[in-house]
Amino acid sequence: MKDIKKRIAVSKLWNNIFLITGLLSTLVGLVLLFTLFVDLFIDGVPRLSYKFFASFPSRFPEQAGILSAWVGTSLVMLVTAAAAIPLGVAAGIYLEEYGRKNWVTSIIEINITNLAGVPSIIYGLLALGLFVYLFKFGESILTGGLALALLILPMIIMATREAIRAIPNSIREASYALGATKWQTVKNHIIPYSMGGILTGIIIGLSRAIGETAPIITVGALTFIAFLPVSPFTSEFPFISFKWLFDPFTVMPIQMFNWVSRPQAGFQVNAAAAGIVLLIMTLIMNAVAIYIRYKFRKKIKW
Amino acid sequence: MFKKVVWGLITLMVSAAVTAGSVMSAERKLVGIDGSSTVYPITEAVAEEFQKATKGAIKVTVGISGTGGGFKKFCRGETDISDASRPILAKEIEICKQNGIEYIELPVAYDGLAVIVNPKNTWVTSLTTADLKKMWEPAAQGKIKKWNQIRPEWPNSPLNLFGPGADSGTFDYFTEAIMGKSKSSRGDFTASEDDNVLVQGIAGDKNALGYFGLAYYEENKGKLKVVPILNPANKAIIPSLQTVKDGTYSPLSRPLFIYVSKKSVSKPEVKEFVDYYLKNVEKLSKQVKYVPLPANAYMLAKERFAKMKTGSMFGGEEKVGLKIEDLLKMEEKKK
Repeated sequence: MKDIKKRIAVSKLWNNIFLITGLLSTLVGLVLLFTLFVDLFIDGVPRLSYKFFASFPSRFPEQAGILSAWVGTSLVMLVTAAAAIPLGVAAGIYLEEYGRKNWVTSIIEINITNLAGVPSIIYGLLALGLFVYLFKFGESILTGGLALALLILPMIIMATREAIRAIPNSIREASYALGATKWQTVKNHIIPYSMGGILTGIIIGLSRAIGETAPIITVGALTFIAFLPVSPFTSEFPFISFKWLFDPFTVMPIQMFNWVSRPQAGFQVNAAAAGIVLLIMTLIMNAVAIYIRYKFRKKIKW
Repeated sequence: MFKKVVWGLITLMVSAAVTAGSVMSAERKLVGIDGSSTVYPITEAVAEEFQKATKGAIKVTVGISGTGGGFKKFCRGETDISDASRPILAKEIEICKQNGIEYIELPVAYDGLAVIVNPKNTWVTSLTTADLKKMWEPAAQGKIKKWNQIRPEWPNSPLNLFGPGADSGTFDYFTEAIMGKSKSSRGDFTASEDDNVLVQGIAGDKNALGYFGLAYYEENKGKLKVVPILNPANKAIIPSLQTVKDGTYSPLSRPLFIYVSKKSVSKPEVKEFVDYYLKNVEKLSKQVKYVPLPANAYMLAKERFAKMKTGSMFGGEEKVGLKIEDLLKMEEKKK
């Protein structure tokens, strides 16, 4: 009896030790992030104003702003989303629902998993050779967006596949039993049920892309740009213009990097303020991802 | 519903392709500049003022690929102007030649390299280039670790060195000026491409010594101490606007350049920009804490541009302690 009690006590002790270790590990991450956050806020918040968002870069720190940077980041993200989402989701659905399990699909699968681990600068070099020199897109928003799309494509494919795999086979069988074709099954059941997971994957991919600097520098984003790309809306037919795709651009991380390396202390403050904006952009995207997942999960009633 | 979406997508793609095609052929008034991060603040200031002056009719973009990276793009004909913190090198001249790119070399300002110690450092009152060589030469690696190894009267405390990384033009110039050979340096020092990291490092270490652009010293005067350097005439000179400008702070001051593609000058917007650059750089370079060239050097540079004089004054070699006026004058005489 005594023996058993002793053993229980030892087990309980180990349980508590693991609990505390786990808690401490979690706290280290949280505390670090929090410190970074507070530090950025103390440095940067006084600089955040309407003018900061509406001004171009300047040699005077107090006049410099992030207009060309945040517009550039938003447009690049738009191109990235437009390119990576259809391709990634379609590829994911094909691999899960259509592709036969043979050596070709195995090779594709292994490649996709490996691609997710390739350093981002490699994608930049690929984009430089492919989009800038071969397709002659120039050092443009289009090139930057496509480079980042390549970067997050494996993430979106994998997220799509994970989401589809979570759907029980009985759903598919029920659909086929009612005489639905494969496409009808995919369209009416597979896509809607996996939508939450797919969207989450997309947004996590995009929020990684938004902070990437290396591939964007490689494809030739610029540092000083004091004008905006051509407006996508025109007063003449067809009212939508795609000229902006070929405009030069800069993005938030590049603007920050430039400011950090300047001698004047005022630019350090600007960099911190731009960091807050970028952090908030990422946090909003992640929040949207969580909300979408929650909403879609609630809708599914099997 | 689904059909509609597909048709919508197809029309969108077609119209995108059509507009894209027309854009690529359309003319845009754009001046493309890339190159050295050292020259960047000057070019940025000029570009900022120029766009204000032309009310945005002419657009200017400035990138930072480094002097070498800038020349790569320039010699492929991708940029109109290249910022450079050193003269164009022989191999770059060769590549430009192969691609039929002719260029006009224009000096725009001086940059001084400041040798910096911690304000608590009381023993260093001046340094000779021989002292600097002893500290930084490749043979010093792992051997020269204490201040008293440089001069016996200095304390027996560690010598902690800070300098820019090997990709920087500042590193190239310092090694050329001190060791006589570009990129020849010991490797066991704290290196950073970000000069602010060097400023922080030296400000927090009593035994530190480092070097970087004068602008970073000017902005952080309170927490750093600048060391006077003995010039070839054996006078200890503190780097400043005056001493760099009149050439007495030698050999650690260097000219900065822009290279303008001759082909691009035929575009009126590029010509207008360069004219504006040469007219205003004296005032603007001072604002961003660089050292302007003497007034007559700008006169000569303007002349050089007006006459579209191509080629480099330096013949592809790295040189140290140059005075721009002498070079420009020399060239005038040659004709």
